[in-house]
Amino acid sequence: MATLTSAAGQAVSPEHSRKRRRPQGQSSLWRWVVMIIAGVYFLVPLYAALRFAGLSGFKEVFTTPGFGSSLWLSIRLAAVTWIVSMLLMIPTTVYVHLRMPGLRRLLEGVTILPIVIPPVVLIIGVLQVMPLALRASVWLLALEYVVLAMPFAYRALDAGLRAIDVKTLTEAAGSLGAGWLSTMWRVILPNMRTAVISATILIVALVLGEFTMASLDLKQTFPVWIVLFDQENAQISVAASIFALFVTWVFLMLITVIATRQSRRTGGGEVTLFTVAPQQTIGN
Amino acid sequence: MTAKANETGAAAGVYAPPAGASGSPDGTPVSLRNLTRAFGATKALDGMSLDIAPGELIALLGPSGCGKTTALRIVAGFEYADSGEVLVNGKDVSEVPASKRDMGMVFQSYSLFPNMSALDNVGFGLRMRKTAAAQRRSKAAELLDMVGLSAQAGQYPHQLSGGQQQRVALARALAIEPHVLLLDEPLSALDAKVRLQLREQIRTLQQRLGTTTIFVTHDQEEALSMADRVGVMSNGRLEQVAEPAELYTRPATAFVAEFVGTMNRLPAEVAGPGTVTVLGTSCAAMEGHPTSGPVDVLVRPEGLTVAPASGGNGIVSGRTFLGAVTRLAVLLSGDTEVRVDVPSATALAMAPGTSVQVGLPPTPVLVAPRQQ
Repeated sequence: MATLTSAAGQAVSPEHSRKRRRPQGQSSLWRWVVMIIAGVYFLVPLYAALRFAGLSGFKEVFTTPGFGSSLWLSIRLAAVTWIVSMLLMIPTTVYVHLRMPGLRRLLEGVTILPIVIPPVVLIIGVLQVMPLALRASVWLLALEYVVLAMPFAYRALDAGLRAIDVKTLTEAAGSLGAGWLSTMWRVILPNMRTAVISATILIVALVLGEFTMASLDLKQTFPVWIVLFDQENAQISVAASIFALFVTWVFLMLITVIATRQSRRTGGGEVTLFTVAPQQTIGN
Repeated sequence: MTAKANETGAAAGVYAPPAGASGSPDGTPVSLRNLTRAFGATKALDGMSLDIAPGELIALLGPSGCGKTTALRIVAGFEYADSGEVLVNGKDVSEVPASKRDMGMVFQSYSLFPNMSALDNVGFGLRMRKTAAAQRRSKAAELLDMVGLSAQAGQYPHQLSGGQQQRVALARALAIEPHVLLLDEPLSALDAKVRLQLREQIRTLQQRLGTTTIFVTHDQEEALSMADRVGVMSNGRLEQVAEPAELYTRPATAFVAEFVGTMNRLPAEVAGPGTVTVLGTSCAAMEGHPTSGPVDVLVRPEGLTVAPASGGNGIVSGRTFLGAVTRLAVLLSGDTEVRVDVPSATALAMAPGTSVQVGLPPTPVLVAPRQQ
């Protein structure tokens, strides 16, 4: 998942790195050294995995039993997690920005908790208290992912709201006759688009890569399937993970390109992954 | 442009007299009655009352924290008053939400919706009123034309300069044909030249449309040059509401005198009822002066006379060329420094270091308790 973060980060903030460029020869040399070390660090394992899986691994992976169903489950989980997160977090962050800006610190603290508490602890606690009906359902996992994604979703949305003057925009809309629903739908949300897209990237990446909770919850999501299948056929399993990496990467690039185009059109707040979330824990 | 404007504003080009109710037929009277509002221990408004005539542009002027913005926000419906009422057209609007008050507002910070073009921004209020799309677009285009931005209709806020953004914001506020136009320091984020142009444009438009307008500013020049009447505020109260010229020449309080324009303070003594002694001569005092205790006489720089005189009562300590006039700083005995405006040609004879005689004109002077 480390590759994922750096790939997305580079794609989102090319201007940022360009601005920092200094003409001195020495710093330029060092930059190359660092880049080469980082490149080797990230690319060698990828290359090794590619070599190991071989062409045959890629041919077989799509027809392997469990591949399609587990990937589909992960995608559905990502979708449900995203919907629930947005429904919960967008109104919350907007409300806090508008009416209780003093609570922002507190909320920041509260939303960081899922990072501080290890997923193992979270899932065991949840499984202890949940009624059986919910424990049997795959959607329990989605609810857990909502909690897990909260730090990222909150930070992304918070950064997006900071980039616009929510209070003035809301008041301007109000004075022009807009009720809160119109204000939200026509004014606030369209200007949070980049932030919502950032949050989406983070949530999707998290859900597609999460292993601990799914595994302990005995649900065969894509990462769980990869690990299980690894014991049967390591080559195909590695091919599947490379495929997953590729799919996620393409997806993130797509979102980033759309987001960049949108923010260029309206000159809206540039929300990069870097300003949004601490990098260390995207996925597990 | 003028023809279109004439259709919407019957009082085109006609100056609405301040106190007279004969302004524009479209104008709406607004009254603030005894408004109070406290934020914790701070009283933002402390019993503020103000009657605004239909079509009048009234400026609320004062230092930051004087309550002027709070008053405006209460009228807009973004803030509530602890007590008192706001009457629009004679009806109390305290319970009416901001979105139903029909008040156009222009904010200090840029408030255009970044996701909409200039035209869509201007049409937003009409869209909220469910106006048909074609009608909305033509009305928005008309208003953009009125603020001289037809060419920018399709541009997004980030493509517009600060001045253009505020003009679009003005057009947007006027598009809903508001009862009252509220301007919350709309020019303070702009640079000086744009500010001057926009000042005139706002005033011309406002007079043409005859919209009752409240203009909040901390810039006295802005207030004096644009408003029919200016209300000077301090500590949540209106110190004085008057036409600009009266405010300048006959300030009701020392606060108003010193906040509006430049004011000199000269130590003086009460010589008797209606007379004070200042600069060694006796002067008539304006009504309502303190009758005892240490007092100061307040005089504007152009109200003092100055001439070179060896052994005079002051020494020129500084000279600032301001164009037609030159402002001299003169150090009087007792360490009092006064500023005196003289025609620039006359000032040539008074370089720093020159001994001069400073005097007062024979008109009654404003007297206030001495400030420590």
